[in-house]
Amino acid sequence: MKDKSINILNFIGLGFFEPAIRLASGEETKKNLVALFKKIVLPILSVGLFLLLWSAGSSHLYNIEKEFRIEKAFNERGEAAARLERSCIDSGSKDCQITTLPSPSQVWVAYKSLLADHASISAKKDAFAEKVAATNVKRAEQGLDAITYTGRPSFVDQIFTSLKTVFAGFLLALFIAVPIGIMLGLSESLRSSVNWLIQILKPVSPVVWLLLVSMIVNTLGKNSDGDSSFTISFISVGLCAMWATLVNTSMGVSSVDKDYINVAKVLQLNIGQKVFKIILPSSFPLIFTGLRITLSVAWMVLIAIELLAQSPGLGSFVWEEFQNGANDSNSKIIVAMFVIGIIGFLLDRIMLTIQKFVTFTEET
Amino acid sequence: METLENSKVRRSENGLFEDKYMLDITQLTKIYPTPKGDYVVLDDLDLKVKHEEFISIIGHSGCGKSTLLTMIAGLNPISRGTIVANNQTIKGPGPDRGVIFQSPSLLPWMTAYDNVMLGVKQVFGHGTKKDRDDIVKYYLSKVGLEDAMYKKAKDLSQGMQQRVGIARAFALKPKVLLLDEPFGMLDSLTRGELQDVLIEVWNQEKITAIMITHDVDESIFLADRVIMMTSGPRAKVGDILEIDFERPRLRKDVLDHPDYYKYREHLINFLEH
Ligand SMILES: Nc1ncnc2c1ncn2[C@@H]1O[C@H](COP(=O)(O)OP(=O)(O)OP(=O)(O)O)[C@@H](O)[C@H]1O
Ligand SMILES: [Mg+2]
Repeated sequence: MKDKSINILNFIGLGFFEPAIRLASGEETKKNLVALFKKIVLPILSVGLFLLLWSAGSSHLYNIEKEFRIEKAFNERGEAAARLERSCIDSGSKDCQITTLPSPSQVWVAYKSLLADHASISAKKDAFAEKVAATNVKRAEQGLDAITYTGRPSFVDQIFTSLKTVFAGFLLALFIAVPIGIMLGLSESLRSSVNWLIQILKPVSPVVWLLLVSMIVNTLGKNSDGDSSFTISFISVGLCAMWATLVNTSMGVSSVDKDYINVAKVLQLNIGQKVFKIILPSSFPLIFTGLRITLSVAWMVLIAIELLAQSPGLGSFVWEEFQNGANDSNSKIIVAMFVIGIIGFLLDRIMLTIQKFVTFTEET
Repeated sequence: METLENSKVRRSENGLFEDKYMLDITQLTKIYPTPKGDYVVLDDLDLKVKHEEFISIIGHSGCGKSTLLTMIAGLNPISRGTIVANNQTIKGPGPDRGVIFQSPSLLPWMTAYDNVMLGVKQVFGHGTKKDRDDIVKYYLSKVGLEDAMYKKAKDLSQGMQQRVGIARAFALKPKVLLLDEPFGMLDSLTRGELQDVLIEVWNQEKITAIMITHDVDESIFLADRVIMMTSGPRAKVGDILEIDFERPRLRKDVLDHPDYYKYREHLINFLEH
């Protein structure tokens, strides 16, 4: 039981709980206490230190901003105005709120308000769905589209939209980059003939990809109505992110152990057997590393692309909050930042787990 | 498939009609182009190997033994000369010439069974599934792996991996078996065990075997003839030693045989001069 849970934890990348489990089962107390300290206590301490520095920094920035305003009031309108400004700021009134780097507690409040907002929006959605249910049945009978809720999406909805976009982009990258990578890896002449193109396209910025893709999609999509922003953003994400997979796949395929290739030669395997029985399995670790990079790049550029393409998602959430300039906008942006970071981390962990599942590890 | 040339016809034109050689290497030359100019590894090397003969090749490191073997296997292009195996000039690799390399070169993500099956499917594609299954299991148990058949190759020890390598090579029923220092990476105990396994299976299958080794005792124990190659560049066959022990051989009998030290002396003498 114990060993099994340790294995599972290690497998999904949560190995740092291992000493806690070993300790709980009374195994080598001293060694595991040290391990527990290193793997759990120290990280918690560092999180604490981070929060401390953050709040000190934000209160410092707050004071700079505050003094500046009071001084400005004093210079422009005299002593009485300055005193008024000070008391107004200290009272925390909305009229003279100071906007700067929010403190951890402000961010926490914003986080909870976003969740509350989500709850209220989903309630509204449910109510709406109930209201139109009967109508929708009728419309379906008449062959009309159902009426859907068109209100403002909540923060959580935005997260799911972003995830959808990133997965679409990731799949696109996968289906383009892996087959092309295999072909390039198999043929040296093909590889050297298109190498220049790859080297030139690889460093192109996400913004340019977005513009390029929207040029093409907008022209092609002239006749079809509907929202093309999702299409544009997932294609751009895919194109930006696929290069790591492409390069890794072609490298993996072209550098298969000579011994394995000799085995294929001696057995006179045909090209299909050679690819599926020997080349792909042996280059899987490299391909998967490429896919992991692709997914994390996809997630990273997604935010920028959504922001520019004005397609719904976390990117446009950040942008709207930035332009909106409400009192808690900055805090919400920081919430989004953490959410983006944590999701990115989780995606990478998921890929790592899948990778461990599907690839062999050679014992060294 | 490779283009075949009937060497019988060619030979009879020369008035030298004979078919008693499994492998006939004539005036074989190998040149590796290097930045400093051509490097002639083998120069006009001649070697004839009879049917069902076990040949071992010894020589100093870098003299071109592996080069010779990979050329016979068809994995390394020939610069000049010909290699005729079983009356066909070789043009490329094929399952009629099985190879066992120094590293077992199993596909680590497959089980021992699948590694052997991969080749068996190629060679016995026309047989039934049951036949193939029998062949794979027969050879794996021959090399003592009946209990480890379904283990992933990467989870097997070096010695066990090389056992699979032996099973894989024999299961294809090759005409010629080529071995390039197959036991070089093993400890001496395992090496002895695998020599026994190899010679036992070889005794039953009676195929022609050519084995490179650095181990003088190994070459005497296994071979009918030991080929000594001169040091490179431009290596040739320097000397040939016939080992006259009857088969099947037992290690103990070989070691006790009065001729054993004579043979050993001969080989060491060659290598030291
Ligand atoms: N692809 C190559 N290009 C250039 N030179 C090569 C190449 N392969 C081998 N050689 C050279 O040819 C010579 C013979 O190599 P080979 O591997 O056949 O030696 P060997 O007798 O098998 O040595 P060892 O006993 O160490 O395995 C060596 O000097 C080696 O450096
Ligand atoms: Mg060698």
